[in-house]
Amino acid sequence: MAIDKRMVSPSDAVADVKDGAVVMVSGFGGAGFPNIMLDALREQGLRDLTLVVNSATHVYSLTHTLIEAGQVAKVICTAARGRGEGLSPFEKLWRDGRIELECIPQGNFSERIRAGGAGIPAFYTPVGHGTDLAVGKEVREFGGRLCVLETAITGDLALVRGDRADPFGNVTFLYAQMNFGPAMASACSTTVAEVREALEEPMSHNEVQLPSVYVDRVVAVGGEP
Amino acid sequence: MNALSRNQIAWRAAQDIADGSVVNLGIGMPVLTSNYIPKHIDVFLQSENGVLGVGPEAEEAQKDPNLVDAGSRRITLRPGASIVDSADSFAMIRGGHIDVTVLGAFEVAANGDLANWDSCVPDKGPLIGGAMDLAVGAKATWTLMQHNTKDGRARLLEVCSLPLTASNCVSRIYTDISVVEVAETGFVALELLAGVSADELRARTGASIAIGDDCKFLVVPDSVV
Repeated sequence: MAIDKRMVSPSDAVADVKDGAVVMVSGFGGAGFPNIMLDALREQGLRDLTLVVNSATHVYSLTHTLIEAGQVAKVICTAARGRGEGLSPFEKLWRDGRIELECIPQGNFSERIRAGGAGIPAFYTPVGHGTDLAVGKEVREFGGRLCVLETAITGDLALVRGDRADPFGNVTFLYAQMNFGPAMASACSTTVAEVREALEEPMSHNEVQLPSVYVDRVVAVGGEP
Repeated sequence: MNALSRNQIAWRAAQDIADGSVVNLGIGMPVLTSNYIPKHIDVFLQSENGVLGVGPEAEEAQKDPNLVDAGSRRITLRPGASIVDSADSFAMIRGGHIDVTVLGAFEVAANGDLANWDSCVPDKGPLIGGAMDLAVGAKATWTLMQHNTKDGRARLLEVCSLPLTASNCVSRIYTDISVVEVAETGFVALELLAGVSADELRARTGASIAIGDDCKFLVVPDSVV
């Protein structure tokens, strides 16, 4: 049977996700947020999720609606500060001790996810050495430089926003929409690509930015290119 | 002369950017530097979300939510630009391929330690972003900052009081009254605003600061306000 990863319904694409799942969500600065899929996930009503997402507070990402709905037990991110002086939904829950936070440097975040998808269980990096974030971590010297051991991050579900996908699950991105998408897709057992347009025909290999092997489901949501 | 404005501090830093270099500008005051890079030099601006070759901020008609920089500003691309994913972007940063990163700072110590990610405001979440990776990975780290806090405390210190971003990384500091080199021996003033005496500079600096042999007046053209 010819492979065809396209699905019509966003909720069908996350129907098998369980309570306690580790969910990675792409997006940076307004580019590449899979907001239709985040809505579908929220409607599922799952509990105790761990979200792996760059920002816990970005207003354009619907990540905060899952957090506000009390469905998230832990966030692994690089930014957890809301804009302005008031507290974001995340900050209120965090202040009250109702959500766990692991806030890490963005390069460690992306490399730990990339390592998760690349079969590397841990790696040493100079980033974070000498800071509070390195406390309790293994340190080793390489070439006169002190480095910290960081472990890979893997997940159960990646929600990744792209521009176009073909039936095989090859994906393209628009501009900086790519950000964490490829690494997250590689690091999770199931990846749903939310795209503007699902193609009937295979795309040229010259166009593919995220190869089909990392993508399990494609949901087309339309919109402007 | 009055203490420099944010634009004037950014202008002064821009004059030291070398022709042909690759530069990463942090969010806030550092990104203003892009407005003052001398016309006769050609530089590539890198943004941590994967854009190599950031152009001017987009006009209303050009604005694309998928084309943003690290500060979520909607931008354009310059000729010769390329875009990679976040894991590759931080490989570029950590791998020593960025000549200079210009960052904001709360505090800098006389040994080059940088504190710029956690101002320890109660209940506000932490925001690390790419600062730790940039400070460790770029070939040079410059900071733009006010010389003193709003209530008059020193921000150039013997030892940082706030949590560190990275140790021993800052080589140059641009403030509203001075340009300071972080030398092996500690702080050395390279330029000082007219009307600020060496004694005033010492009083406003929280560590020993030498006046460079060739210390000049810090001068900004009238056109920059």
